Amino acid sequence: MTEPETARPGPRPWRAPLRIAAITAVSAAGVGLAATRQALRERRGGLVPCDLPDMPAGIWIGRVAAVESVRLPAALRAFDCRNNRLAELGLATDGFDAAVARARARHGAGRIAVVLGTSTAGIAETEAAWRRRDAEGRLPADFDFAHTHDLHALSRYVRARLGLAGPALTLSTACTSGARAFLEARSLIEAGVADAAVVGGVDTLCRMTLHGFDALELLSRRPSRPCSADRDGISIGEAAGFALLERMESGEEAALRLLGAGASSDGHHMSAPHPEGLGAVLAMRAALGAAGLEPGAIDYVNLHGTGTRANDAMEDRAMSALFGGRVPCSSTKGWTGHTLGAAGALEAAVAAICIGDGLVPGCLGVAAVDPAFRSDVAVANRRLPVRRVLSNSFGFGGSNAALVIGGHDA
Amino acid sequence: MIPGTLPGTLPATLPGMVCHVAGVGLLGPGLPDWESGAAALAGRAPWTAAPVVPPPPAMLAATERRRTSLAVRLALAAASEAVSRAGLPADAPDTVFASSNGDGAVVGAILEALHAPGGAISPTQFHNSVHNAAAGYWNIGAGSMCPSVSLGCHDDTVPLALLQAAAQVASERRPVLLCLYDAPLPPPLDALRHTTLPFACALVLAPEPTPGCLATLRVRHLTAGPPDEPALPAGLAALRAANPAARALPLLAALAGGGTGSGAGGGTATLRLGLADGGAVEVGLAPC
Repeated sequence: MTEPETARPGPRPWRAPLRIAAITAVSAAGVGLAATRQALRERRGGLVPCDLPDMPAGIWIGRVAAVESVRLPAALRAFDCRNNRLAELGLATDGFDAAVARARARHGAGRIAVVLGTSTAGIAETEAAWRRRDAEGRLPADFDFAHTHDLHALSRYVRARLGLAGPALTLSTACTSGARAFLEARSLIEAGVADAAVVGGVDTLCRMTLHGFDALELLSRRPSRPCSADRDGISIGEAAGFALLERMESGEEAALRLLGAGASSDGHHMSAPHPEGLGAVLAMRAALGAAGLEPGAIDYVNLHGTGTRANDAMEDRAMSALFGGRVPCSSTKGWTGHTLGAAGALEAAVAAICIGDGLVPGCLGVAAVDPAFRSDVAVANRRLPVRRVLSNSFGFGGSNAALVIGGHDA
Repeated sequence: MIPGTLPGTLPATLPGMVCHVAGVGLLGPGLPDWESGAAALAGRAPWTAAPVVPPPPAMLAATERRRTSLAVRLALAAASEAVSRAGLPADAPDTVFASSNGDGAVVGAILEALHAPGGAISPTQFHNSVHNAAAGYWNIGAGSMCPSVSLGCHDDTVPLALLQAAAQVASERRPVLLCLYDAPLPPPLDALRHTTLPFACALVLAPEPTPGCLATLRVRHLTAGPPDEPALPAGLAALRAANPAARALPLLAALAGGGTGSGAGGGTATLRLGLADGGAVEVGLAPC
């Protein structure tokens, strides 16, 4: 494959990495890091046959049942919807909210930004309200658009819940949203707007997404099997992933760090990836360049790996162009489903587990890897030192993002 | 430390992130482009309401062009004008697209289809419903592989997108195309999100002064303090209230020269764009 031609200069290494002072994730694989770690170790996936009403027939989903009993604090009840309940569940998990409170004491509430991604926020509330339209077609008066449906409802809720006073931004770049939040927060910290940032992504199951992917004929009727010879589509999941990023100076130590991040656009098609993966290569190169690393420094790549024919084939081409098949890679979407705008943040937490445990989690439910693939796709768990993980996210609109996450010895 | 500054990376003498306005694009009622719009914004010519007719984006192939909605056409028209006035190739800048409503017409049509008996979503409608659809079409049309982010921050979309674009310029030292756009929502969503008129504008923000540069901006976040936005000429205040992206109008008026009548900017002004949950984004303008 030829290198993409671009006038854009090569990425400059970051002045310093960012400390990941706290990280958490909630998905069908588990509520919190410990449960997720156990599911990965035991190779126990969270996908189940879809039993939600009015969804496409025969699909599998990654549902977080625990979200259904979550209640928001009374003062923030206006934000009540499945998406903000999932956010709340995430904030209350792994001591994340307590870690932010400590950071608030260190930096001041006004110096901590909130940068979160979501693809559909609380649109499930709008779907429910649509059923209750009156004879003139008007939505019910008790439906609160701004605090549920609106994308910004997510970041406003999290900012208020954590008692922060820095800027709160919501971004929505389809399935790269959760990863892209890390990169945007880094800009705010580097430019001096903030000293720390709560970043991540939250997306919940809704009819629009499931029927939309079904219309594109991209949903599997079995649990999703990324990279498999017989893969036949996505299982959609829901998740919340959060990280607390802090400015650090060169030479400072940290158990977990964001070493680099990068993004690119395909400029090719709205829903089909560039067949040669040119945009994917650019995003991975940008992340490695920001980290000041060569591809050989990466110990494991957590693939976007959605389980569609096109994505996984494109990603394998991009991977083999950059890594030459020498770095173990896998997708963990067989455990969680594709959690869309949360995926990048969820998989950053998976990267943290892999680094902490020295684990490469092999793709779940894959009997045979696509014989055309040239990457080193793991289909069984491997134990090896994992100091640095590269995590990929790609999305509709030709959006690409990659993160490089490292441990204390990275 | 002064908010918005970081010793060693920015001049410590002035608070805020510095960037330079290299080009502007504009499309709204009675504001057909930046040149004639600037005259109305500066009060040199009367503003008259007129329907907005965004052109089908010439940068796209016929198959893609056909699929573009009002929201996408608005965004691409303003973005194209801004890069053209900045003298930049369309594929050169990183991009920040920002919209409160995204493509509300597409989202509304999908919600309607989901509730129709036997209703099916069109695949094209679904991929056009993503908030980064306008950015996606821009990158296809421009042939751009540059990083592109899409923001949606309700009433705070304009100030926060400006803050983020300025942060990108300051941290990456590359030009950024900031495109702000919103289109009216269809019923019944229109009752819940007031957007009665279409509006889009775009700014090319550069790390260094450029030939023909309109102004130097200093942008910072303030955790408190009252908003301070200059009054707009007659009629334009109503437009500002009719579209979330039109919150950019006071900034555009300041760029157009406000009451000083200089036409190509040149004035000095400080705006504080208030944020819904407290605080503000402060924008200082000075001659380039």
